[in-house]
Amino acid sequence: MILTKAQYDEIAQCLVSVPPTRQSLRKLKQRFPSQSQATLLSIFSQEYQKHIKRTHAKHHTSEAIESYYQRYLHGVGKNGAAPVLLELANEVDYAPSLMARIILERFLQEHEETPPSKSVINSLLRDPSQIPDGVLANQVYQCTVNDCCYGPLVDCIKHAIGHEHEILLRDLLLEKNLSFLDEDQLRAKGYDKTPDFILQVPVVMLCPLAVEGHIIHWIESKASFGDECSHHAYLHDQFWSYWNRFGPGLVIYWYGFIQELDCNRERGILLKACFPTDIVTLGHGAAAP
Amino acid sequence: MAAVLESLLREEVSVAAAVRWIARGAQSSEGDAGEAAALSSLRPLRKEFVPFLLNFLREQSSRVVPQGPPTPAKTPGSSAALPGRPGGPPRGGRGARSQLFPPTEPLSAAAEAPAARRGGRRRGPGQARERGGRGPGSLEEGVGGESPLWAGSRRPRAAGSPSRARSDPPNLSNLEEFPPVGSVPPGSAGRTKPSRRINPTPVSEERSLSKPKTCFTSPPINCVPGPQPSVLDSSPWGQGLTAGCRSLQEEREMLRKERSKQLQQSPAPACPTPESGSSLPTRTGNLTAEPADPAKVSSRQRLELVALVYSSCIAENLVPNLFLELFFVLQLLTARRMVAAKSSDLEPSPGVLGSPESPLFQSVHDCVFFAVQVLEHQFQVLSCLDKGTLKLLAENERLLCFSPALQGRLRAAYEGSVAKVSLAMPPAVQAVSFQPETDNRANFSSDRAFHTFKKQRDVFYEVLREWEDRHEEPGWDFEKGLGSRIRAMMGQLSAACSHSHFVRLFQKQLLQMCQSPGGAGGTILGEAPDVLSVLGADKLGRLRRLQERLAAPQSSGGPCPPPSFPGCQAFFRDFILSAGSFQFNQHLMDSLSLKIRELNGFVLPQPEASEEDGEADVDWQGERRQFAVVLLSLRLLAKFLGFVAFLPYRGPEPPPTRELQDSILALRSQVPPVLDVRALLQQGLRAHRAVLTVPWLVEFLSLADHIVPMLDYYRSIFSLLLHLHRSLVLSKDSDGEMCFLNKLLLLAVLGWLFQIPTVPEDLFFVEEGQVDVFEMDTETSEHGLDGVPVVDQHLLYTCCPYIGELRKLLAVWVSGSSGRSGGFVRKITPTTTTSLGAPPLRTTQGLQAQLAQAFFHNQPPSLRRTVEFVAERIGSNCVKHIKATLVADLVHQAESLLQEQLVTQRQEGGDPGQLLEILCSQLCPHGAQALTQGREFCQKKSPGAVRALLPEETPAAVLSSAENIAVGLAIEKACTWLSANITALIRREVKAAVSRVLRAQGPEPAARGCRRGCSRACEHRAPLPSHLISAIKDVLSVAVGPRDPEEGVSPEHLEQLLGQLGQTLRCRQFLCPPAEQHLAKCSVELASLLVADQIPVLGPPAQHQLERGQARRLLHTLLSLWKDDFQVPVPLQLLLSPRNVGLLADTRPREWDLLLFLLRELVEKGLMGRKEIEACLDSLREAQWPEDFAEELATLFNLFLAEPQVPEPQLRACELVQPNRGTVLAQS
Repeated sequence: MILTKAQYDEIAQCLVSVPPTRQSLRKLKQRFPSQSQATLLSIFSQEYQKHIKRTHAKHHTSEAIESYYQRYLHGVGKNGAAPVLLELANEVDYAPSLMARIILERFLQEHEETPPSKSVINSLLRDPSQIPDGVLANQVYQCTVNDCCYGPLVDCIKHAIGHEHEILLRDLLLEKNLSFLDEDQLRAKGYDKTPDFILQVPVVMLCPLAVEGHIIHWIESKASFGDECSHHAYLHDQFWSYWNRFGPGLVIYWYGFIQELDCNRERGILLKACFPTDIVTLGHGAAAP
Repeated sequence: MAAVLESLLREEVSVAAAVRWIARGAQSSEGDAGEAAALSSLRPLRKEFVPFLLNFLREQSSRVVPQGPPTPAKTPGSSAALPGRPGGPPRGGRGARSQLFPPTEPLSAAAEAPAARRGGRRRGPGQARERGGRGPGSLEEGVGGESPLWAGSRRPRAAGSPSRARSDPPNLSNLEEFPPVGSVPPGSAGRTKPSRRINPTPVSEERSLSKPKTCFTSPPINCVPGPQPSVLDSSPWGQGLTAGCRSLQEEREMLRKERSKQLQQSPAPACPTPESGSSLPTRTGNLTAEPADPAKVSSRQRLELVALVYSSCIAENLVPNLFLELFFVLQLLTARRMVAAKSSDLEPSPGVLGSPESPLFQSVHDCVFFAVQVLEHQFQVLSCLDKGTLKLLAENERLLCFSPALQGRLRAAYEGSVAKVSLAMPPAVQAVSFQPETDNRANFSSDRAFHTFKKQRDVFYEVLREWEDRHEEPGWDFEKGLGSRIRAMMGQLSAACSHSHFVRLFQKQLLQMCQSPGGAGGTILGEAPDVLSVLGADKLGRLRRLQERLAAPQSSGGPCPPPSFPGCQAFFRDFILSAGSFQFNQHLMDSLSLKIRELNGFVLPQPEASEEDGEADVDWQGERRQFAVVLLSLRLLAKFLGFVAFLPYRGPEPPPTRELQDSILALRSQVPPVLDVRALLQQGLRAHRAVLTVPWLVEFLSLADHIVPMLDYYRSIFSLLLHLHRSLVLSKDSDGEMCFLNKLLLLAVLGWLFQIPTVPEDLFFVEEGQVDVFEMDTETSEHGLDGVPVVDQHLLYTCCPYIGELRKLLAVWVSGSSGRSGGFVRKITPTTTTSLGAPPLRTTQGLQAQLAQAFFHNQPPSLRRTVEFVAERIGSNCVKHIKATLVADLVHQAESLLQEQLVTQRQEGGDPGQLLEILCSQLCPHGAQALTQGREFCQKKSPGAVRALLPEETPAAVLSSAENIAVGLAIEKACTWLSANITALIRREVKAAVSRVLRAQGPEPAARGCRRGCSRACEHRAPLPSHLISAIKDVLSVAVGPRDPEEGVSPEHLEQLLGQLGQTLRCRQFLCPPAEQHLAKCSVELASLLVADQIPVLGPPAQHQLERGQARRLLHTLLSLWKDDFQVPVPLQLLLSPRNVGLLADTRPREWDLLLFLLRELVEKGLMGRKEIEACLDSLREAQWPEDFAEELATLFNLFLAEPQVPEPQLRACELVQPNRGTVLAQS
């Protein structure tokens, strides 16, 4: 699903200040029926993350934390079974899982002698049953399970999606008889930067309108939508690093990308939304699509 | 000086004798006595002759309106200043000249010598200007009517020293104060003999930016063809160095006055100069060339004679720069017209030879005649020029007109020339590839260093890319744009080892980008050529041509451009400057020196003299290419070494005073050279490898600072080089001599070096005879590179792109307009791609080794190369093979041993370090097998490889010997490495394995143990784990709420979901442990919600809850998934967590039967032990509950405990049959 910048902007426009709940997602799907759900979710998630990054700081001032905590205490004091924390998060336009983390942290500060470590907090968020306060445990659980952009479950889903696409890509490579080194093998050899796959013998990808093909040494699978922000971050942290070590390569954004970002082809970073069909291997002609 | 010419003109002395005299001092017996006598009286002036001659010619041609590409730096206004043009009809210059060329007596000539020399020492004023590319506002112009000879001349250095400061304006006629250089006893080094004048480099301003030093030997005609490189570009050291030296200027003024005084007193009247060029046509494209007619040549004989002397000087390498002279001659050939001189000048002289006072060139006809004469003598050199130049020469109508014979020869040469200097594609940036052997963690001292370097590599390329994108943007500045980022990066390089890593990267990238092969063989960047050829060479070729056209680099900037860093080299230069890191520079110098030494040792296999057939030719091409790659790499590395090494000493000009200079010299002579280039040069000369060593040495020296040539160490190098230069007589072509093109390359690069601003001009003419003549080692001479035709035209032009200026000059002539601004000549990049061959293995010991050497001696060199190559590769493969087999096996053993150890030690708690020691002590002895196995491997693999690579027809005996040698060498290589390293290797690998195993023991138990894959028949069509987690999450969120009234889950959906979960768990294709863990956890959560009846069911409002039978069935499915399908531990204890049990508290009436059912099933299926459940129940009681709930919980607890240890099957069966008959605890 390759979108033009304009198309993308139109979608992103609809996502301003929408809470990350399943209800919001449902509405989004109705609004853009022609786009794939996965693409929409990916865009939504990324836009929401950008929003959170922008507003993160204001929720973490000590005044804000104190005020949230008091409101939480007040709320559960009235009715422990009500979705106090979730509603608080939605009201102040913050991710429920992250709100849960703030309150949990604040709660533990109050109840334990030593300030809680990050790993303790993470483990409590993963398994709220361990939270000593039953009401808070329920509230936290409710937040994490209702948040579709943050939280341990979402992290796991994202991880799983990434993994699945890597497997998918691996199968495609095997199917095409392209031998490769995967990330684990590269790591074992001590590579400092490891794309998902390095082709042991480079291939050329032909493009319909170009005179020349593009040489591909490595392939990176990205199970997300390639928007400007994430793409630039990836370029800086990964793609150029791969190029610096292994030469030109291919990035597959399985959920699509903004067309205009595919501007480094000549330099040696190629974007696709699926596995390329027109590839030429050493000693062979163009592979049948 | 003039007397000599005079004698020649009078035929008192033969040209041959004169040249002999000039070249060698003519004590030779060959010359006749009369000649010797005539010349011996002129002895003190011998050395003055060539400078004089060159100056004389320049001056004579000063009225020539040149043609050639204009100098773009000039403003239109500057053309008004043309009279100040090169040696241009000089104010007072004419007078000077008439003095300089006196009709008689040596004495007067001698008296005039200093002036002549001084004038000669430098260029005419126009050249001085041109070198700075300056307009009328330049220094010379500013000081007005000074003598042109002085204008360009170097200020006598002594005048600047305090010792002279006391005195009145110097008396220039005084030979004691201003002795001619020729009278200085040989061997006196400038700094030890204070009386000797060392010409300070500057007539400051123009010089300061390292503009091309167009000294008197440079083209006299005011425009240096081709665009002057911009100031920043041309300055090898980047940032402009501020110019100027006030005091110099004052002194000059002083001298100027004195000089003019002198001139006024001079008996010969100075010719008035046509004022301010008003009469001159503007030197632009609209200028039509005057036709040249052989019949109108004024004094043929005299011109012939001078041409002969001049040519002889060129042939004997008495001129510093061969190509500069050729350029000059071509300028004469293509002269547009001549500025009208005073009528007296034009009057034909009465004598046959013409009076010496009359101008040599009286018309364009004379110029062309002279030029053609010289060209005839230089045909050998001309014939080596590129096809384009030859064509232009052959097509030159003047040349045809004046010498049809020469034209014919040139045409023949053109037709015979196969070499075309092709344009290579400018190299695209290609990164240095990551090589685990040198770049992985094992090569770094710490994790931190490793990761720091990882980041640095990326920053380096980021900077490089940005430079690529932006350096051509106007106003972009390297330092401003990238400086701070580079310094921040360099700041992180703390450990010495990181520096060496970075330097290696830097150096490799430098070689890759700046000397990047491209072109030949259709390979781009050494990348999979076949792939590209598949795409069709046609398209690529066209594309490349287009690219060349679009990206043609600038012209090289005149026949003598200053050292510069063209193209990508600028990046590396600026990087070094911006980094400003002492450590980096030191490491870089170390690394460059090492690489230079290594490459300088390049051995070229001897060509097979016996067979000159195509086969040998193929080899030969490859070898030549290899040589070219090595040479070009060396030049690049040496240039950067010179740049970095002399960077701290670099300044715009030499020190102003002698004292300062002496103290600097004293200091500098202490400093050992960064690389012992003198020794390398001496070795190179001795071993007849000058053709490899000198070109890079020249690059190195070209970046030296002003002091360097005065240091004894480097002075001796210059002496050697001068001696070499003199010895490279092109016409000599005896056996064992250097090949013609090899010589030509050396002449070109040396000639260029002698024109570098930092090299004192007097160096060339002063040095004489005192060289410790290097001994040629006759032993090795036949193996030397010099005698092998390693240099081809392409390499010559690549190394000396300025030779292409000749073509440009001719092309402009053809175009009939000088309005075109060059661009014909492009930077040529090498077209070779071959990597360096494997360094020859040294097998020094033993009779066998000697025999092997002897064996190779009489075999074609390709045989030796093949054997060495095979041995090298097989040896290396052998090591890899041992790693992959023996070592890998040992690692496996280590892993299983470790597992055992861990099992036994679990209770005791062992120390991993100890474990490692135990394992190593058990396993390392097995390393001894490596040698045996390695030997076997080499024995097995080498013969086949040798066999495959040698010609089929190789005699059997030769073949088997070759095989045996290859086996021996391979074994030697492999076993040497293995015996030294195998233990360490095993240790390292075992250590890595141990830490891997121990890590696996740690927090991620799921990753451990063998995991079942999916069945063979599986088609991997199960739903993706991510979808399932998502779907279950949705159910959980609906159940937990808040939810809209219409939201709910249908029982069918739940069943379907669990069915899919089963499929996914059975097809493990896409499942990763974290996903499975989350699925397990979610399934437990789901079970808890089922138990607590918390799942909102879609349907009529009355029936909002799941039917108990359905719930039970779902729980059953879950139980079996937990038991049979999950491969990660399922967190079942969560079922009894206070939170999940608490869900029950909200239901009214509370129904405990499903929980009890679940607990029983868990126990029965062995998913949880009774004890475990009891523990959970126990801890449940500690939580705070509503009182009634606590009571019910206690009842459940008792009930569960009361049940028989092994539940009766009937009971369960009956429960399943009657799901509703569950015990309602609240009622019991």
